Amino acid sequence: MRRVFAALAAALLCSSGGATVPLPDGKQRVIESDAIPQKLSAFGLFPFGPEAPLVSFSYTLRTSLFSDYTDKHRFVSIPDGKQARVLADGTIEFPVGTVLIKSFGWADVNEGRPVETRLLIHRASGWVALPYIWDADGKDATLALGGRRVPVTFKSPGGDVHTIRYGVPNKNQCKECHSLNGAIVPIGPKARNFIFPDEIKTMRSVYFENPAALRPIMPQWDDPKAGSVETRARAYLDVNCAHCHNPAGSASNSGLFLRWTDDPTGVNYGIGKRPTAAGRGSGGMEFAIAPGDPDDSFLIYRLESTDPGIAMPEVGRSTVHKEGAALLRQWIAEMPKDARN
Amino acid sequence: MRFHGLSHHAATLCIVAALAAQPAAAKVISVSATTPDANEKLQEALILAEPGDTVQLDAGTWTLTDGLSLDVANVTVRGAGAGAGGSVLDFAGQQGAGEGLLVTSDDVLLTEFAVLNTKGDGIKSKGADRIVYHKLRVEWTAGPKETNGAYGIYPVESTDVLIDSVYVRGASDAGIYVGQSKNIVVRDSIATENVAGIEIENSYDADVHDNIATKNTGGILVFDLPSLPMQGGHNVRVFENVVNDNSTPNFAPKGNIVASVPTGTGVLVMANRNVEIFDNVFDNNGTTNVMIVGYRYEHKDPKYQPLPRAIVVRGNQHGKAGYAPKFPGGEQIAAAMGGSIPPILWDGAGDAVVLDPVGVLSLNLPDVATPQSEAKPAPVDLSKGTVPAALPAITLPESMEAKVR
Repeated sequence: MRRVFAALAAALLCSSGGATVPLPDGKQRVIESDAIPQKLSAFGLFPFGPEAPLVSFSYTLRTSLFSDYTDKHRFVSIPDGKQARVLADGTIEFPVGTVLIKSFGWADVNEGRPVETRLLIHRASGWVALPYIWDADGKDATLALGGRRVPVTFKSPGGDVHTIRYGVPNKNQCKECHSLNGAIVPIGPKARNFIFPDEIKTMRSVYFENPAALRPIMPQWDDPKAGSVETRARAYLDVNCAHCHNPAGSASNSGLFLRWTDDPTGVNYGIGKRPTAAGRGSGGMEFAIAPGDPDDSFLIYRLESTDPGIAMPEVGRSTVHKEGAALLRQWIAEMPKDARN
Repeated sequence: MRFHGLSHHAATLCIVAALAAQPAAAKVISVSATTPDANEKLQEALILAEPGDTVQLDAGTWTLTDGLSLDVANVTVRGAGAGAGGSVLDFAGQQGAGEGLLVTSDDVLLTEFAVLNTKGDGIKSKGADRIVYHKLRVEWTAGPKETNGAYGIYPVESTDVLIDSVYVRGASDAGIYVGQSKNIVVRDSIATENVAGIEIENSYDADVHDNIATKNTGGILVFDLPSLPMQGGHNVRVFENVVNDNSTPNFAPKGNIVASVPTGTGVLVMANRNVEIFDNVFDNNGTTNVMIVGYRYEHKDPKYQPLPRAIVVRGNQHGKAGYAPKFPGGEQIAAAMGGSIPPILWDGAGDAVVLDPVGVLSLNLPDVATPQSEAKPAPVDLSKGTVPAALPAITLPESMEAKVR
């Protein structure tokens, strides 16, 4: 038993700190090949079970995408001797061989173990997105290329109990969000939102060519001390919507662009914008955002719906994010009514 | 006029020809509606297909809970027919995704299957060049309802689009909607009981011909809207269609632009340039057979051109029209004119040439800023204007035409 405990301790260290433990022999080769393994174990990233992968470092985000109240754990595995680089626009460029790992679960489901783990692998041919669902015994996870609905019951922070058929996205749905001009790209790690773990701050220069460029300027959406309602609402929209709602994303045709860097007073930010291809999503309203009037803003209507013909985002949400919608309601309510003119 | 290929069951020869033309390495991946986890298995097949492959949907009804998607180029999705005994993808119990099937890759052929009762759009393709929609049925089977999905067949942001021999019914926006695309042919198709039968929006170079647009709110729409990445719609030919009995009360959710289409509209042109409407057969459109108008909503887009320009109407057959005009003030105007208004209606903004030997009613609103309340309806003669040079026919890449032969 002593050896097992030792291994677990090493793993926990890795998950919160810098990896000095290399991947098992040959696993980096699997990562960089064209293989789409049936089992997650083929990558050698989880020798100790689902909770403590063998990685370079873990990270968090200032504001994170809402995914049915899941707790998400994010990790990066960068090949030994290579570095990531922060580009001028804040995008983080990871070297070939990098794996971004994100595990999803709830504290009160499966005794807190993750339900699924998604890999975003940077191969020579580009990024590949692969969803894996953990087996019942929690020892390994199995590829779910076609996605799956997993029935779960959990309690959200507000105390509500939710029983949903949680949607694990299929490979194509991964791309719907992770798409820029039709190619797969990471969307979470951006300099303005990316938090490198404080405990191993000195390791930043090991993994980043220009670590000083990691400046998380976006506020945490639910921390009133972190910024005004408006800046927090914009952070929320950037993280939850802008991966599709940008001129090169899956919702480019909508003309609704919600990046942190977009003009938040413009019609293309939704202010006084009439529906385009919204169908039932308009809810009988004239504008995405009617300043001063959240009940007449169909952006709110779509966020508060779980009907697939209405709901936004289109992928990855089977519950309403009450707290997020409340922030956006407050933001719209506080806008002067004549902001549209 | 040719209306071949409207039967959903008469395509055996086409299948054999298409399979024979494929390279030897291409494989057929057959999927069955009766497999356990059919939704997941079908989605896996669409993911694992390689360029050149055919994903073959066996006959039967697929009960699907999640939207499907295809992101591999040069794949054919082929069913066993779009009719009741064919391959029917039933989305009545859909729990996720904004459409039934989403295509995001080039050179895809979709043929011989039906998509029913999706919560959002039926089949959408985005950035999918040279896509062919052929012998498909997209339908909301309870007929017109505001809770139906918006678009039936929905290609957007694509170059070279062919929609051939499809049947679309019940869309709460447009049955066939082509948006922000270039080089488009919509032909030999039936659009019925939708709000808009066929709509070409913010697009360039389209031929819409040999279709039947019947029992919609509006038959065929050619629109251009502001504040979108691609605008300035132009060069659209609408010809040899049957556009009749578009009498379904408008059931679009309010706020959407088509919610403003008056019931009983045949062809509606809004804010486009170089649109030709010719050799169509119009009948029983209570508001008007052809309506030509500017975009009259508030907007803040300095690049946007809200007027219809260089519109040509010629050679059409006009049956009964204008007997129940459903635009504001329409019924009073009809009463004043002896019970009905002429079959062609112009709001008075922009320019159009009408060579059909029928009356034209102008609302005499010289620009889009003049409110509709100031309309001064009066007959107008638009036959004297200079006819713009005729638009060339749309030619699609031969690889696309070969797929439907």
